[in-house]
Amino acid sequence: MLNNILIAISITLMYSAPLALAAMGGVISERSGIINIGIEGMMSIGALAGAAVGYFSGNAWLGLICAGIAGGLMALLHAIASITFKADQTVSGIAINLIGPGVAIFLSRYFFDGAALSLPVPVKLPKVLDQKYLQGTSFENFSIDVTVLIAAVVVIITWFLLYKTKWGLRIRAMGEHPAAVDTLGVSVYKSRYFCVILSGILAGLGGGTITLAIISQFTPTAISGQGFIALAAVIFGKWRPFGAYVACLLFGFSQALVVMLGGGTLSVPSSILAMIPYILTILVLILFVGHSSAPKASGVPYEKGAR
Amino acid sequence: MTRKIAKLLKTPFFCTAMAIFFGSMVACGILLLTGYSASESLAVMFNAVFSRPKFILNVILKSTPVILTGLSVAFAFKSGLFNIGAEGQYIVSTIASTITGILFDFHPIIQIPLVILSGMLAGGVLGGLVGILKSKFGIHEVLTSIMFNWIALYLCNFVVNIERFHKQDSDGTYSINPSGFTLLLNDWKFSEEGRNFLKDNPILSDIILKTDFNLNFLIAVLIAFIVWVIIYKTKKGYEFRVSGLNPDAAQKAGINVQKNTIYTLFISGLLSGVAGAFSITGTSIHNIQTLSMFENYGFNGLSVALIAGSSPLGCIISGLVFSALIYAGQSLQFKIGAPSEIVNIMIGIIVFFVALVRIVPTLVNRFLEREESLDVK
Repeated sequence: MLNNILIAISITLMYSAPLALAAMGGVISERSGIINIGIEGMMSIGALAGAAVGYFSGNAWLGLICAGIAGGLMALLHAIASITFKADQTVSGIAINLIGPGVAIFLSRYFFDGAALSLPVPVKLPKVLDQKYLQGTSFENFSIDVTVLIAAVVVIITWFLLYKTKWGLRIRAMGEHPAAVDTLGVSVYKSRYFCVILSGILAGLGGGTITLAIISQFTPTAISGQGFIALAAVIFGKWRPFGAYVACLLFGFSQALVVMLGGGTLSVPSSILAMIPYILTILVLILFVGHSSAPKASGVPYEKGAR
Repeated sequence: MTRKIAKLLKTPFFCTAMAIFFGSMVACGILLLTGYSASESLAVMFNAVFSRPKFILNVILKSTPVILTGLSVAFAFKSGLFNIGAEGQYIVSTIASTITGILFDFHPIIQIPLVILSGMLAGGVLGGLVGILKSKFGIHEVLTSIMFNWIALYLCNFVVNIERFHKQDSDGTYSINPSGFTLLLNDWKFSEEGRNFLKDNPILSDIILKTDFNLNFLIAVLIAFIVWVIIYKTKKGYEFRVSGLNPDAAQKAGINVQKNTIYTLFISGLLSGVAGAFSITGTSIHNIQTLSMFENYGFNGLSVALIAGSSPLGCIISGLVFSALIYAGQSLQFKIGAPSEIVNIMIGIIVFFVALVRIVPTLVNRFLEREESLDVK
């Protein structure tokens, strides 16, 4: 029993880490007033960059850093469109979702002799806790990836930045009433650029953790919907870091349920099991969360001097 | 003169054409950078679509579902709702159509409407459910739609594996009963008489015998017109648009925005439902298969709607362009070995430029204003 619980916790944390990283990106971007529906695309490019750099350099950490940079570059496109060109942020985000996976697979074919799969990374990102340390104790099956730790730290930092610093106050105000922030002499454009790029870096890191810690290679389906789940987590958590993190944990836990129940002798078809996370989410939303409204100015391009 | 050019520059059609042009240029640039000949690629893509009547017809046939999901998304967009759930609505529609198509076997006059209506209704109900969750419980439609997409995907896999429907040694269900097919001349083209006739008509034979020849595209075009009429010529459509542009104003003016949200998403779901049902009745092998990932008909509808600038009639053209690009991309990989993903990148860049060129009318206006102030001086 204890064993099962420990495995469940391990799997929950493992799956929720990339979601949490990407979701924090979503929170930051949307709180500053830019809808980021392109998380999926930014994660894909991060996943490829992570796996490719990880493979060629043999250093998973370098891979992770490059994953962040790749995601950030993708986000720069989104920022240029939605801030400088005042484009529709949903449209630009969807474009990112088309370009990201396309470029990722294209590059994978370019680097890996026409294969849409990358070769496996020689060394995965390390685990903080695993059998090595816990041999002989009753916690033998417990393992925690370093990415879990990174995700948790990022969540705390995001919360601290947004709620405990002057900068965070400005960012949050920017999402509600950008003109007010502008009158204080803070450049809305610059800050929004910063937030969107940061959001891309986090999404890229999220993608990188999948290919560097969970499956250790890039595949066309490595990122299949996680970006959208992260987006859902942002809304679920009402655009708050901890709320979004709880949502990510919920998705991770449901994933763990699927893995564990699926392996057992239960006579439930796997496709029904796989539905659980999504049905659970909707039920939780109906029963506990209810009404959610986005930051007021999110999605509205800021026009300096407009009334 | 400048004014005329300025006016032309401001038209949505010109903006979209510009976006497509820039998108293609960037894609060519990427091909060049990675060592493929751009002119050769363009020639291959052009030939892939226009070199045989069969290819042209296939592009048209394959555009049908994305035109319909595009309409579905565009319709919701017009009322300020983002129907990212077209994918799930498409899937549940294929499921419902397949089930009714297998279980019942009436005369085609009853069977075809029955199969299509069941699919439409399934899509509509899913869309309506999202609407209810939004207006009654305040849950964001994007969030529920994403969840429903996944639920639909796994529901499909569940139904495929039910013994009554599962075709042995395959990863799909049985085909629906032939009485539900919306193929044209299907019996005739394989009959003695038909084959003899087509033997002497290579062009007709190419388009009729070698494709899933059907009229679904024309119906999709008709539906696009109906959607246009609903949006622009009816009272409800006016309400939808007002709710989209300014929900507060709509509420104050006595429009029941909550109820309209449900209606809109229901209709939007119906439209995606038609797409799903047509895929089952109109394209072989008339069944659903285990999905390991989304087939993207709904997500592609997003691109189609966006390229069309949410115009219902524009969806027809952008659906055709979209389908031609995808079709051409496959032969790009086949003929010169360039990754077919270049087409996805190209579509992405086109959509990206669609977002960017929205600034053109503003720039043109600014330019005109400056001209005018100079004139006054």
